[in-house]
Amino acid sequence: MFDDLRDLYQEVILDHGRRPRNFRRLENATHHARGDNPLCGDKMDLWLAFGDDGAIADAAFQGRGCAISMASASLMTETVRGKSPTQARQLGEAFRQLAMTGRCPACEAVLAEDMERLSPLSGVHEFPSRVKCATLAWHTLNNALDDSGQEARSE
Amino acid sequence: MDGMTRTPFDVDAIRADFPILASEHRGRKLVFLDSGASAQKPRQVIQAMVRCMESAYANVHRGAYHLSEQATADYEAARAAVARFINAPSEADIIITANSTMAMNLVAHSFGRGVLKPGQAVVASEMEHHANLVPWQMLRDGHGTELRICRITDAGELDLDHLAELLADGRVGLVAVTHMSNVLGTVTPAAQIARMAHEAGAKVLFDGSQAAVHRRVDVQAIDADFYAFTGHKLYGPTGIGVLYAKAALQRAMPPFMGGGDMIASVGLHHSVWAEPPAKFEAGTPPIIEAIGLHEAIRYVEAIGMPAIEAHERALVDHAMAVLPGIEGLRILGAAQDRGGVFAFALDNAHSHDLSTLLDRAGIAVRAGRHCAEPLHERLGAENGTCRASFGLYTTAGEIDFLAEALTSARRFFA
Repeated sequence: MFDDLRDLYQEVILDHGRRPRNFRRLENATHHARGDNPLCGDKMDLWLAFGDDGAIADAAFQGRGCAISMASASLMTETVRGKSPTQARQLGEAFRQLAMTGRCPACEAVLAEDMERLSPLSGVHEFPSRVKCATLAWHTLNNALDDSGQEARSE
Repeated sequence: MDGMTRTPFDVDAIRADFPILASEHRGRKLVFLDSGASAQKPRQVIQAMVRCMESAYANVHRGAYHLSEQATADYEAARAAVARFINAPSEADIIITANSTMAMNLVAHSFGRGVLKPGQAVVASEMEHHANLVPWQMLRDGHGTELRICRITDAGELDLDHLAELLADGRVGLVAVTHMSNVLGTVTPAAQIARMAHEAGAKVLFDGSQAAVHRRVDVQAIDADFYAFTGHKLYGPTGIGVLYAKAALQRAMPPFMGGGDMIASVGLHHSVWAEPPAKFEAGTPPIIEAIGLHEAIRYVEAIGMPAIEAHERALVDHAMAVLPGIEGLRILGAAQDRGGVFAFALDNAHSHDLSTLLDRAGIAVRAGRHCAEPLHERLGAENGTCRASFGLYTTAGEIDFLAEALTSARRFFA
């Protein structure tokens, strides 16, 4: 009945949704933010630990939400590792474009490999009410990088 | 229809009155199971509103010309129809609002701040819609009343023993509870609740947003002091709601909003209020919407509320026979007396993922927490639920299709 939804719910999404990677509290975190999507009740805590080189050495999260939001957070924690804050923000901006339009014309060659890993989520652009599920983790990432202590809202 | 009661209940003929039900969405027939959020509109309502705008429209209560006098008569006829619909003693007991949320906020402001004293308490329940909870939180914070929350049982029924405890000290001024839960479908024993409240010296407000659609409401039989419902769930337009308030209470309450229509005379520094219910209806009212609501009431009364209730009862029985057999499906609440509203969750799918799938099958359900966040926490459904809610046009075949889709959805996420 739902075969045409496999574009949205690719096996990678279902897998990361069911068994999110880096789903834990990061004890040695240097940055933290809480993300909240009040409309659907998705909530997450994101922790980052920076290394001496100024790059993200570790990223982890805990929370609850739909398969899309859990998979997006899971893939994000894998992708941002080793990135500088600037690179991580660039990646987030490129991902938001991908989620909203299904395309990423601004993606430079340097982002290509990372965006490839995130591309299974590009299907959400056909579901306007679900885009925010995919982008919540990245909004939360920006707040963690600021570590402003504010809650991110993907509205 | 010509006002004759249609018997027996002919769901196909009814469906033919609703143009949207014949429409297709992404090549699929619409299976609309979100009437609890807002119901679809029959052609009769649509045409009555168009007729009003094309040939009978002017502002009301103002003009001394014929068209305005006619529009005023039509608007007041709608108020009278509302009064008959819920068996109010008089049309003067009917205050027209924008929706039930505004109706309950009107009570919170006018009765809450004007009649209740700081230190008195308001009782709401764990299964209230936010519209019958947040105003009482605001009243508490702004006026110094206490807010007491009546528990529900695990079956999703109001815990009447707890209500009795909350009423025992005699400090409760208002009991504000739903007449039918928008999540669990639970119908509350309104007459008994009103009796308990009155014996404790409290007034009672029922949120009838769901109940008024599904069964005959008699505000005198249940002895409600306030009763709120909305037009758009009753197959009428958005933008119009109703507050029934007993005449003596209306007299004791100060106005809600100030402006035109709610005054008898205005000076630069002081004004004299109009008599109720005009006192509570500042500004140009929802005139076209009142015509639409009047037609909607005519429509459901021609079918007959008892016939609608019987049809929906059969649908609930059918759903209770079919849905619990689906592996991994949890239905929230198990009230003895329940209307056509079901919140459910699949063990392996979040409510938003599930609603995306159901939408693809052409099934419209609501997903999330349905403006009842505390209730979802109480029932351990923090990930939200999907909610199927029935209307008079819902068929048993649509429920079967929902069951089939849920079975497929569970396989999809396995």
